[in-house]
Parts: sequence; structure tokens; C-alpha cells
Amino acid sequence: MVAVDAHSATKVVVEATINGQSVQFLAEPRQTLLECLRDVLSMTGTKEGCSDGNCGACNVVMDGRLVNSCLVLGVEANGQSITTIEGIAPVGGLHPLQTAFLEEAALQCGICTPGFIVSASELLKHNAHPSEDEVRFWLSGNLCRCTGYDKIVRAVMHASDIMRVGH
Amino acid sequence: MDNVEYVRPGSVSEAVALLAEKPGKARALAGGTDLLVQLKSGRRQIDRVVDVKGIPDLTEIRVNADGSVLIGAAVPCFKVYSHPAIIAGYPGVIDSVSIVGGIAIQGRASLGGNLCNGAPSGDTIPSMAAAGAVALIAGPSGSREVPVAEFCTGPGQTVLHPDELLVAIRLPAPRAHSASHYLRFIPRNEMDIAVAGAGAWVALDSHGVVTEARVFLTSVAPTPIGVPDAVKAVVGTRGEESALDAAAAAARAAAKPITDMRGTIAQRVHLSGVMTKRALAGAIARARGEHVPGAHEAHRVRTNGAAH
Repeated sequence: MVAVDAHSATKVVVEATINGQSVQFLAEPRQTLLECLRDVLSMTGTKEGCSDGNCGACNVVMDGRLVNSCLVLGVEANGQSITTIEGIAPVGGLHPLQTAFLEEAALQCGICTPGFIVSASELLKHNAHPSEDEVRFWLSGNLCRCTGYDKIVRAVMHASDIMRVGH
Repeated sequence: MDNVEYVRPGSVSEAVALLAEKPGKARALAGGTDLLVQLKSGRRQIDRVVDVKGIPDLTEIRVNADGSVLIGAAVPCFKVYSHPAIIAGYPGVIDSVSIVGGIAIQGRASLGGNLCNGAPSGDTIPSMAAAGAVALIAGPSGSREVPVAEFCTGPGQTVLHPDELLVAIRLPAPRAHSASHYLRFIPRNEMDIAVAGAGAWVALDSHGVVTEARVFLTSVAPTPIGVPDAVKAVVGTRGEESALDAAAAAARAAAKPITDMRGTIAQRVHLSGVMTKRALAGAIARARGEHVPGAHEAHRVRTNGAAH
């Protein structure tokens, strides 16, 4: 059992596997996984948008499930396996989603993009051939202020084509 | 977020002791999709977070020999809607857990958390209440059971004492020719808080006549509420248009909504009727063996056959 005195703000050692690598970091209980990724581990690919679970900019995969890292405490990540946007691309290349987002011009400012790509990559693991409605439903937790979503949806469907039939 | 103590007990009794040590200043943490939002905004101020996800009783789904199902209070939505026994026996619960937030929220949020948060708009509460669910609670002086329909006492308030822990929710064994349905009205297609929602459960006899029913509304009163007059309107009928219209009228009469940023009193009263009629129609159709898609599936029906 991990116990920490609120007033001494003692940090806790958290051990997790992030993008396949064993990582150890110190976290105060009050720090979310998002804060730990960005501020403690300098993994700034994951973005902060709303901090309350509405926008998906902070999406990561934890223990095989898409989650909002702003609503997970860093200390809860102990013993977990986590994938962030930094872990999506294969070594030396791009994930088909990243290729598709570029080809379809599915980003403008890009702040929502890491969240969309992590989220969409989980969709394509669950459903290799989603319909447009299925894509929109899955991505409903990801908000974009720039693009109006159309190119994002096209990019995800294009990526599913790349992954199924090569182009 | 303010500094807080984090503890992760391995048993119910340990968790209860940790909650009891800090009455009113300790709170159970399951998925965190309500608690962490409240702690970050300062809406709730506590000294100790008790992470209950290390307790087997709270993280497992168990089918009992008598067919009843125990859902641990901290089981996340995605595990609930993936479980064959719940898919088969409680389609109204599936409807609800599939539309709580979005996919990422469903990776963490739990039925127990939705219930203990006690929001007037909780999406899973009408379904659980309509299914006849019972909350299993542990405290320093022992265990007790409270029907889910009686669990919420006001906005954000429940029967749970500060030193008590919701352990699990028990759904009664499904009966033949019975089924449930939940749906809600929201401005978008996903992610919103219900403007009005209705959960219904019905049991039919071998002639297709409704012998029993339960109807609960959400977002139209300080707590989710039952509508006994809607039940009376459908029992003894086959769910004909006139019976459903009478149930809808009963729902409109029972609704006591407020006007807020999500909707007006007039709109919510109207929606109470519409949602009740659809929830009952869906429950009756499912009880007859027909497939009625939940809101999370409706889009697949719309695109069925479309070239994509």
C-alpha cells in the first residue's frame, strides 16, 4: 500500500512501461499522468486542452485502453503499460495515420492532432474497416477547433485503407 | 489540484478503515472521471484519495449461480459492455454504459462512480434502477443493501455515509420475456450530459402482454426518479400506441425539471414524454426478441448498406 502524507508533499516513485521502455519517475499524488508526462518526463507530445476529460488532446493508451491522461493520477500509472503519441510511429518511419493526416491535410495548428492519432490508432485496432459514422462516433471525445473535422475523418478512413490494402 | 494523500488498499475492510479515519475528507477513487475533475476545480476538497482499484470485489464482474450478476463498483464501462452476461441480460445497462462520455471516458468511468457521484443526470442510474439493481455497501459497522432506485437523495447527494464504500451493484437474474432500454436526448451525438433521459424495463407474459414494468427518468428532477403512473399505463397492455401515449403523459406529469444551460423546463417536460415512450417501446420490442439498437449502435444502422 502506498501512503503519502498530504502536508509533506512527499513524492512517490512510479515505475511504468512507456512506449515499450521501462521508466521510473517521481510524482506527487496531486500530479496527473498528463503533468508527469509533460513536466516530469519532458514528453510533450501529449497535449493539455481542457484538463477535464472533454477534448481528448491528452489521450494516451494505458493498459490497452484509450484514456484521458488528465484524469489519471501519475501514481495510478505505477505498474502500467502506456503508449503515447511518441510511441505511435515505427522506428524511422510514420504510422499510416500520420501519413494519411499529412496527405489529407488533416491538421492546422496541430494541437489536437496527437490526441486524434492516438485515439484513431485504437479505433483501427478494434475495427479495421470503420464506416464514417463509426469513425465520428469513436472520435467524439476528440475536439478540433481548426479543421471542422472533415479532413480528419477522411484521413482516418484513408489510413484504414492503407493498413488493409496498402494504399 | 491541491495536494492530497494517495492510498491504495487491497481489501474492502482496509478501504473502509481509510475512509473512516478521515470522515468527509476522504473519497474513493475508481475511474476518476468525476472525482479528479471536482478536485481540480476545487468543487470538492479532500485530504485523502482512496484508490479502490486494487480490491478484487470492486473490480470484478461475477455471475452468481442464481443468474444474478455482481458488478464491482469500480469496473470501467468498457468491461461492462464487453461482458456476455450483461449483453445478454441487461440491454438497457449496455445502452447506458456505451454512451457515458466517449471512448476514453469509458476506459475509466464506472457504474459505481456514476451512482456515487449522484448527479441528477447520471446516465446509468435509470437503467440500473429499472433493472431492479441493488447497491451493496460496506461500512465500519458492517454491510447493507440499498436499491439503486433509492440511492440518490439530492443533487450530488446519496445515502452513502462518508465512512462507507460502495462495493458492488447486483443486478437480479434476467427473466424470460423481459428486457430494458435506455436513451437520452442530447444536443450532439455523443459526449453530452443528458437533457432528459429515460430507462425502462418490462416483463411480458406468453401472450405478449406487459405484466410488470419499471420506468425511470434522469435530468428532470433533483435525482433520477421513478414514474409509477407510466408503469400503470402499460401493465396489462401490449404496448399499443395509446398505452405508450398514456405512459408519456405520466412521465410529463412526473418530471420536475429546472431551466438551465442544457434545456428549459418546457423542453425537458416534453422530452420526458418522448424518451419514456421510446424507452418503453424499445424495451417491449426487445422483450419480444426484436433487435433494437442502442444510441451507440444507431449510427451503424444508418450507414448499413451505404458505400464507404
